[in-house]
Amino acid sequence: MRRAELVMALVMAIFSAYLMWKSAELPIGWIPGEGPGGGAFPFWLAGGMLLCCIAVIVRWVLRASPPSRSTEPYMDRHALQLFLVGAGALAVLIGSIHFIGMYGAIPLFLVFYMRFIGRHPWTTTTMLAVVTPVVTFFFFEIVLRITLPKGYTEPLFYPLYDFFF
Amino acid sequence: MEILSLLTDGFVIVFQPLNLGLIILGCALGLFIGAMPGLGSVNGVAILLPMTFIVPPTGAVIFLAAIYYGAMYGGAVSSIMLGIPGASTAVATTFDGRPMALQGRADRALITAATASFIGGTISVLLFTAFAPPLAAVALAFGSPEEFALMLLAFATFIGLGGDDIPKTLFSIFIGLVLSSVGLDIISGQPRLIFGDIPGFYHGINFLVLAIGIYGIGEILWTIEISGGEVNVAQAKLSFRRMVDGLRGMKSLLKATIMGSFLGYFVGILPAAGATPGSLMAYGVAKATSRKPETFGKGNPEGIAAPEAANNAASTGSMLPMLTLGIPGSPTTAILLGGMVIWGLEPGPLLFVEHKEFVWGLIASLYVANLFSLLLNIGLIPAFIWVLKLPFTILAPMIFILCVVGGYAPTKDMHDVWLMLIFGVAGYLMRKLDYPMAPVVLAIVLGPLAETSMRQSLIISHGSPMIFFNRPIAGTIMIVALVLLFMPAIKAVKDYLARRRVSDPSA
Repeated sequence: MRRAELVMALVMAIFSAYLMWKSAELPIGWIPGEGPGGGAFPFWLAGGMLLCCIAVIVRWVLRASPPSRSTEPYMDRHALQLFLVGAGALAVLIGSIHFIGMYGAIPLFLVFYMRFIGRHPWTTTTMLAVVTPVVTFFFFEIVLRITLPKGYTEPLFYPLYDFFF
Repeated sequence: MEILSLLTDGFVIVFQPLNLGLIILGCALGLFIGAMPGLGSVNGVAILLPMTFIVPPTGAVIFLAAIYYGAMYGGAVSSIMLGIPGASTAVATTFDGRPMALQGRADRALITAATASFIGGTISVLLFTAFAPPLAAVALAFGSPEEFALMLLAFATFIGLGGDDIPKTLFSIFIGLVLSSVGLDIISGQPRLIFGDIPGFYHGINFLVLAIGIYGIGEILWTIEISGGEVNVAQAKLSFRRMVDGLRGMKSLLKATIMGSFLGYFVGILPAAGATPGSLMAYGVAKATSRKPETFGKGNPEGIAAPEAANNAASTGSMLPMLTLGIPGSPTTAILLGGMVIWGLEPGPLLFVEHKEFVWGLIASLYVANLFSLLLNIGLIPAFIWVLKLPFTILAPMIFILCVVGGYAPTKDMHDVWLMLIFGVAGYLMRKLDYPMAPVVLAIVLGPLAETSMRQSLIISHGSPMIFFNRPIAGTIMIVALVLLFMPAIKAVKDYLARRRVSDPSA
């Protein structure tokens, strides 16, 4: 926990400095008769972020904040595993939408999560993996008229478009 | 009597079949969302907001408000049945709710929670009806300096009253504000902070992307870790007779309930406080004023009635500044505010003039939502218990999918979905280190408004910051805000001096 606190503060400090550098591309000073320039708002706020990170680091040195005194691990093995599987599966889901589209990615994600992590029977898994994309299609594409990304599966939907629109 | 006729007009809107249906659906969904461990009103409103584009704006806001309301009722269910708070707002309900459930009085606890929520809700909606119009009338005179002063006050309350780690609270506010400034500069029209010309940043960072990231993805990752999978549902015996007995028992709890309602309402109005501290304070006061304080924590129904009345009252309270001033009183109302801006219903005093029917329809809907939440809550108790037994390995992937689709829908841009994942993961990792998440969401919603009002004021005054202090209302608010901002610093200096005096008696 103690190491994580420092690492997070350092990463965020670097991020703040980067934001300050980026905001400085627009005028950050005081334009006479008009007030602050376009970059001033983000620049000084990012400066505030940096100061807060420094304060967190100072408190880390002084051991003033609870996480900097804690001897518990930031994430134990089990928690790390849960996090990597959860966030990793989600990243794969989002990444695969670019290629196989929403309607290819959703069933695969559900099968992976329910069958291989949750160990639910194939019947429940298959049912939800079929029903979820169908409901999504009707709700978003038909009722709301929001087309979801389909990637390479787009041609498969032409007959459906012809039917509904 | 003008209020009564306006309220009647509001009820006419509410009783349109579509709106009534939306209220019932919203209450039911809210109850289930609230009942699921880890999910509360803010998660429900954030994840379901993109789905409401299907109905007209008035219906959409009424629906979201009903979810908000229902979730406040629902939170008690998992606090009592599982001993895990269904939402942070129901933490105080576990103190006495869980012991009662273990003693075989779960039905009594559930009915007490529902009835107390109803009383709290009713009192707070009455207060809301009385306070909102005069407050909005006063606020009509506000210009951009007053607006900016109010927003500063909203952030200052987080620092003055928040009590969390102050550098981290400040950091959360700052990062939310910086993220809100990504995109085109509102005054000069130049692009800023687009990170090497990534086109997805030109339209700015939608607050929903951040809200769904933090309250959808981040929250589920958090709940997966906390629950670890194992839950233990208590048994509840239900019969009509026992229900009537439970309702009769409410008479002795009236004092705690009414006290909780008023306390919750006024705490709820404060931007940083909201329902969680409101309900904890109500629990504390109920214990302190009780004749038998030693029975608290061992299954005293007063310990359920007070916080449950308070969290419902606080949810209505937090809508007061949101609707009348455009300053949200809780993360949930911050998301509601963002949604209303999308629909062209900019909250603030003008709303009461320009969209009268909408405002009164929403207020009337609170009365109706309150009643339906009570009925559904008592009627659906068996269904809740079934939902609580649903394994998280089914719920979690379904919510992830809702987040991904919901994050894509508003802008139709995959860039936003990736951004949402980043926010979710970062939010989860930072929350583990005590960085508060509510200020980030509040800041990204208020950021563009705060910057515009500040720069407009300065253009009016030709660059002189004194405009924030010369005007009587703006000046007063600014001074209160500054006092709150510096309160922790003053306290730290005082503590330091006190410690020096102790360690160095000669001085």
